[in-house]
Amino acid sequence: MLTECGVESIEDFFDIIPEQHRFPEMDLPEPLSEMEVLRELQELSESNAEASHHPCFLGAGAYNHYLPSLIDHMLLRGEFMTAYTPYQPEVSQGTLQTLFEYQSMICALTGMEVANASHYDGATSTAEAVIMAINQFRGRRAKIILSPTLHPQYRHVVRTYTQGMGLTILGDDDPAADLDDIIAELDDETALLIMQYPNFLGELEDMEGLQTAVHDVGALLCVVANPIAMGMFKTPGEYGADIVVGEGQPLGIPMSYGGPYLGFFATREKYVRKMAGRLVGETVDANGQRGYVLTLTPREQHIRRDKATSNICTNQGLMVTAAAIYLSVMGKQGLRKVAELCYHKAHYAADCIETLPGFSVRREKPFFHEFALRCPAPVADINTTLFDDYGLIGGYDLGQDYGHLENHMLVAVTEMITREDIDCLAEALRAYT
Amino acid sequence: MTWNTPDDRRYTETDEWVMLADDNATVGITDYAQDQLSDIVYVELPAVGETFKQDDIIATVESVKAAADVHIPVSGTVTAANRTLEDEPEIVNSGPYGEAWFIKLTPSNPVEIDGLMDSEAYARYSAARED
Repeated sequence: MLTECGVESIEDFFDIIPEQHRFPEMDLPEPLSEMEVLRELQELSESNAEASHHPCFLGAGAYNHYLPSLIDHMLLRGEFMTAYTPYQPEVSQGTLQTLFEYQSMICALTGMEVANASHYDGATSTAEAVIMAINQFRGRRAKIILSPTLHPQYRHVVRTYTQGMGLTILGDDDPAADLDDIIAELDDETALLIMQYPNFLGELEDMEGLQTAVHDVGALLCVVANPIAMGMFKTPGEYGADIVVGEGQPLGIPMSYGGPYLGFFATREKYVRKMAGRLVGETVDANGQRGYVLTLTPREQHIRRDKATSNICTNQGLMVTAAAIYLSVMGKQGLRKVAELCYHKAHYAADCIETLPGFSVRREKPFFHEFALRCPAPVADINTTLFDDYGLIGGYDLGQDYGHLENHMLVAVTEMITREDIDCLAEALRAYT
Repeated sequence: MTWNTPDDRRYTETDEWVMLADDNATVGITDYAQDQLSDIVYVELPAVGETFKQDDIIATVESVKAAADVHIPVSGTVTAANRTLEDEPEIVNSGPYGEAWFIKLTPSNPVEIDGLMDSEAYARYSAARED
């Protein structure tokens, strides 16, 4: 083969790379045995501070919830634990049924009619909602309104995904704008309004009247929802949302440094042809027996090509399986209990900390399991003290994204936080009063 | 291969037909278009009352092997959409010039129709693409 190519050795192919870069000095340590490598990696991993060893008050989109051991027990089975999601109905009824059950549970959770088999994460689901809305209007409407209390990173991803599409994306120019301010931006050019529920600051906005305002101008309403909160609050579906998306990580998926996560996506049946992603449907086979298959595939890129809503049909098959197991294990009552524990613990924490001079909780709206805490010192300084002196992982520094919330800490409290942890946090913060 | 091209209507290069009667126009896709698409499984139609400019996309057709946009042959406002197509898209294959019309509209600039192909020109145009 080398002769055919007219070269003498494989190295000749790399002649184009300058000599000094071809075989650089790597300056690597001496080789180690497997046992030695394992020890070194072990030591490295132990220098991480994990939520399993430190009470974690950090949320802001990823939350430390209890993971029932049944999840891993099921998930690590060879039939599920594959690198690629198999879709052939002849050999993959188990996988397809799992995806179908997941879709059904997401519909129940969000109060919607159809859900797909997932996207990468909450941010990409949100971006897919934008693209779907643009397609729904065949490009005749190109204005997207984002609430400033939509997760700042989601707003970035929406802009990245849609660059070059000629959209007008606004609503979040003023980080302090509230729902009424962005409702005022609605007009007959608007394709979609996106708001988060509970919002990035943990608050539950007043949803009454929102759908009327959006639908009066003929636009669509997308709600980015926390799936755990759906266990106890009215669903976005009941508030008239046309699209409900969100981050599925709270449903049995570890925080693990930000991924892999799971983006859920649900909508109304009348928009099913415009939704992106894989969709599993229930049917009957030639013998009349129940079976599961991918359905409505002409929506997807291999048939619809450039006219497809999205050219991403990748899903998070394994994470979907984790979420399906989590929801099955918890059940309706279990999920509600998790939500209530989060709610009550977060409110206990807010009540405790609020008594400290110099600290106050933003309480203009009700909150779920996260609240904005005004602090008498920079959040970064406080977090250093919390960690170094008390072993606590402090909250998110809201000043990074919201100019008017400088020295505000976003404190998340899940069911994993104990009363002692909260008392410890209050004690630690007392040093700043 | 030849396709049916009735001479009571006009044709576009994107394979739609339009038939003018008084102040009303009826629009559909051609025999050539349905044959190229093969079995049609879904038709998405515009809302009544929507206004379009000539050549705007008004509908989408999905078949078992492709998806295609349907363009409006002349500018105007939609007065009716054939909802039967949503339940029985297969009639586009069997009767593209009759029961499977897509929309009716009130043309805003009826002279646009003069710029479209007549049946003879469209038949030649279709045949040429087959070679």
